[in-house]
Amino acid sequence: MEKQLVRMENIEKYFPGVHALDNCKFDINAGEVHALIGENGAGKSTLMKILTGIYPKDSGEIYVKGSPVNISGPSEAQALGIGIIHQELNLMQHLTVAENIFIGREPMNGLFINTKKMNDETDKLLNSLSLSIKSTDKVEDLSVAKQQMVEIAKALSLNSETLIMDEPSAALTESEITELFKFINKLRDDGHGIVYISHRMEELFIISDRITVMRDGKYINTLNTKETDVSEIIQLMVGRVIYEEPKSKSTAPPGAPVILEVKGLKSPLVKDVSFELHQGEILGFAGLMGAGRTETARLIFGADPMDSGEIFVNGQKINIKTPRDAVNNGIGYLSEDRKRYGLSVGLSVSDNITMADLENFTKNGFIDSKKEASTSKEYINKLSIKTPSISQLIKFLSGGNQQKVVIAKWLVKNCNVLIFDEPTRGIDVGAKSEIYKLMAELTKEGKSIIMISSEMPEILRMSDRIAVMCEGRMTGILKIEEATQELIMKYATSRK
Amino acid sequence: MDNANSGSAGKKLFGQLNFQRFLALAALVIIYVFFCIFGNNFLSTTSLINILDSSYYIGFLAIGVTFAIITGGIDLSIGTVMMTSALIGGVAYNKGAPIALALLICVISGALFGLLNGIIISKFGLVPFVATLGVQMVASGFGAIVSNVQTIRYPTVGTEDAWFKQVLYKTSSGFPIGIVWLVIFFIIAYVILNKMRMGRYTFALGSNEESARLSGVDVSKWKILVYVIVGAFTGMAGVMYAAAYTTIVPVTGAGMEILGIAAVVIGGTSLSGGVGSLTGTIIGVYIMAVLKQGLMSMGLQGHYQTFFTGIVVIAAVMLDIYRNKKSSKVKKA
Repeated sequence: MEKQLVRMENIEKYFPGVHALDNCKFDINAGEVHALIGENGAGKSTLMKILTGIYPKDSGEIYVKGSPVNISGPSEAQALGIGIIHQELNLMQHLTVAENIFIGREPMNGLFINTKKMNDETDKLLNSLSLSIKSTDKVEDLSVAKQQMVEIAKALSLNSETLIMDEPSAALTESEITELFKFINKLRDDGHGIVYISHRMEELFIISDRITVMRDGKYINTLNTKETDVSEIIQLMVGRVIYEEPKSKSTAPPGAPVILEVKGLKSPLVKDVSFELHQGEILGFAGLMGAGRTETARLIFGADPMDSGEIFVNGQKINIKTPRDAVNNGIGYLSEDRKRYGLSVGLSVSDNITMADLENFTKNGFIDSKKEASTSKEYINKLSIKTPSISQLIKFLSGGNQQKVVIAKWLVKNCNVLIFDEPTRGIDVGAKSEIYKLMAELTKEGKSIIMISSEMPEILRMSDRIAVMCEGRMTGILKIEEATQELIMKYATSRK
Repeated sequence: MDNANSGSAGKKLFGQLNFQRFLALAALVIIYVFFCIFGNNFLSTTSLINILDSSYYIGFLAIGVTFAIITGGIDLSIGTVMMTSALIGGVAYNKGAPIALALLICVISGALFGLLNGIIISKFGLVPFVATLGVQMVASGFGAIVSNVQTIRYPTVGTEDAWFKQVLYKTSSGFPIGIVWLVIFFIIAYVILNKMRMGRYTFALGSNEESARLSGVDVSKWKILVYVIVGAFTGMAGVMYAAAYTTIVPVTGAGMEILGIAAVVIGGTSLSGGVGSLTGTIIGVYIMAVLKQGLMSMGLQGHYQTFFTGIVVIAAVMLDIYRNKKSSKVKKA
């Protein structure tokens, strides 16, 4: 009775330097919800991007209803009845629901759009899905959940039998999620096959029929939801062999004073976060995508406004409204997106090194270029930044060396609290270990580090303590001695 | 290995940057030589002096607006602000202020309009295009109100206060002294842009404003200051305009901003910000001045100048796009 809609086999995908998908397989039956789960970077998105024609595969086979197909672009995937609903909705806010659904294929009446026909067909579609949305509603007036359903309706209007939903519940409230699930159940009963990608463990057990786990670009296993439980799934998600020894014991000096204390930090995406950071300590921030770690860091740094909360540096309450306030209190932030938030890519290495502390290189408005050059050289040597000269434009440096320049910027400013947000993202393996070494040296010199990382081995290797976040809340703080991958993943998926 | 690659890529781009400025300079020389051959009496001291005479106020406008453009912004108000500043100074003079004070008032008026631009852009978050478009009209109207829609006259040659023309524009012996002032203020601007904190932040704002903010730079303060500099140079352009042309007519100046901005673009400063040079701007100013005099020497009137300047601007921007494409290819390689 089961009808297979899609089957993927032996899928291989290489990115420069990364084996992104290693012999992966996946299949979807009509009338089922198939959940796809894995840590950040496990390969879920890459696999789905191959299925929807966004990336070409390097090798492997894809079958749609049993016959082999070649999907070389999104429109071909669409023609084969495969639709995707991205996490970020792609609707045009100022247009109506009907205009959005029919964009690019409007029914025409000579030179003019046949608005009546377009609206009627849209209403028919929305009614058949029992959605209480009208074709003439403006998208901007709809809730996020309703917009998502419009997006789904649009995919269905293109005759999609297979629907891929990427983190559909991420932006929804509790009651909206219930509404979404009801809708998904209806689609399942209508015979659609749904791929449900989510980090939220408990949701998978409510909505899915089968669960496929991926890890580090590999297919791990597919289980019937009824026959498994949360702990087995977590086991499969994190059950990698860690090549690099995790830290067995905290290397932070015992009894070191608290240098940074955060109390009750709140913003739309951060829910009442409190923690302490000790001198000479690396506090790892673990969590899945969207856990609110970067958002927390940006609040501490004054990059975004906070709704409420208190920040103490060396026991003194400080008022942080702008990054300038944070910097002047010795807090430096290294963004996960260096090119957007960390560097002035069009400027030189030395311009970037002195950017945060230029006041101290200025006399009567003039830049003391000798002092600037000697300080730049000092830090280029100290951090072994590979650059032909101090006046080299930063965009010509490798990722690892760019990261070191950002570190140098905060050291020149004499920051004592450094927030590293994904410090080794986009950096090759050799440079990675150099950054690790550097971080260890910095803590020996008495600097304190908050390290946000989505890489479990990195968290376990570098941290003295680990703060775990989920959905904007801090769900646990672990000592390195007690931390395991399973424990961290449990906290990272435990919605409270 | 990686390092050696990036080094040579850097040299290549650096070479290209210089190459483009060299190209602008070469274009200037080629145009000049062209008119020397095909123009009527173009190769003469008179026409050289005419070229210089017509370059002063545009030169000041262009130097000023270079700062705004390097931040990734624009200032469309410079044309009318120049005229309005000159009107305000002229009104002060006609009400009995000493001429020196009147000229100072002119410069300060320009700076104040710049401050207004800066505050609207920086504190209220309007995009520079819209903010300065609004101020362009505000300034124009304000000048008409202050002058009572009367043409304002600065002292003419022969009168007691006309010394300012000899000091700023042309000596009694006919020496084009204006060029000396343009050079002096070019150097001042050059030092501000390349040696001072102000200049470093100007580039930083244009290169990546968010990164500057996250480095603790008081972005809003420095952005306001950039527009104050633009305004002050615009006020000085007003002084040079008064020294050269004596009469200031209300509700004029709209359209002159294009001349200043065109010079900046011809000089290779990128409208997307972060990249630019004052040397290029000055070359741009003189390419336009030579075009104007040269076409006149061929018996072609002002509208031909507009026509050809437009072509040069388009060519310069195309060159910029081509260069960016090439440099991004270098980056990938």
